[in-house]
Amino acid sequence: MFFSLAGVEVGTHLYWNFAGLTVHGQVLIITWIVIAIILSITILGTRNLEKEVPKGLQNFVEYLFEYISNIAKDQIGEHEYRPWVPFVGTLFLFIFVSNWLGALIPWKLIHLPEGELAAPTNDINTTVALSLLTSISYFYGGLKAKGLGFFARYISPTPIFLPINILEDFTKPLSLSFRLFGNILADEIVVSVLCLLVPLFIPLPVMVLGIFASSVQALVFSTLSAAYIGESIE
Amino acid sequence: MNPIISGASVIAAGLAIGLAAIGPGIGQGTAAAQAVEGLARQPEAEGKIRGTLLLSLAFMESLTIYGLVVALCLLFANPFIG
Repeated sequence: MFFSLAGVEVGTHLYWNFAGLTVHGQVLIITWIVIAIILSITILGTRNLEKEVPKGLQNFVEYLFEYISNIAKDQIGEHEYRPWVPFVGTLFLFIFVSNWLGALIPWKLIHLPEGELAAPTNDINTTVALSLLTSISYFYGGLKAKGLGFFARYISPTPIFLPINILEDFTKPLSLSFRLFGNILADEIVVSVLCLLVPLFIPLPVMVLGIFASSVQALVFSTLSAAYIGESIE
Repeated sequence: MNPIISGASVIAAGLAIGLAAIGPGIGQGTAAAQAVEGLARQPEAEGKIRGTLLLSLAFMESLTIYGLVVALCLLFANPFIG
């Protein structure tokens, strides 16, 4: 029974056919739940704003905003960070909430015909999409800040570095997506293997470590995205 | 399914994660040692040291995770099993 709560099915998905495309249904369901949670917290927290002393949910949302804008400010710089706070914050909140939702809620109690519900970030398609968004936005930021002079970075410091600089554009999204995907999937696999061996108590510290590691991964992803954006608009 | 391919894939998966764990293990040990040294010298900088240490540990951890991703590909999504 404990094993069935923690089991991981790698490579099986609930396929939905949608307008000629095949999508992974279990990922989409949890993604919608994550979006609903984030939207409801932000909407409830920003209704009836109090100017004097914020309390309750508004306090929490203000704390979140300050935390996120500090991430962006540390990496992008005092002058240009403000327009990038929504992007970095969206990445952070989405990854954080989806990681914790996958780790904290026993989704295995809900049986699907195929595949299983888990964190959306344990599907490589989600993480690749997030990291490609980062790529697009640092190209956009660089082109907007410097125009065509942005491409001068490919031959800096000398033209010999051209192949390495081009390669870097591909390794950045690759490492971002694999880091997030691997960490989340690795946590689930470790927990399920430990539950198979010793179903009681022993997996608990590993679960706590998984919760901690997944929050650090959200921080790492958003910090790195902000650093890439800051590097290209500097 | 070719038994040689599946046997080689299992061995390769084990080697991938095992070899990928060596370097980051050494690196994380060095980083933690330096952090402890910094803490002993300057205990008031604890928060900053902890944040930087965790971030850099996550980076080193990701190198092992790349090995894990390769191992998972070999085990569950092997392109050579036709």
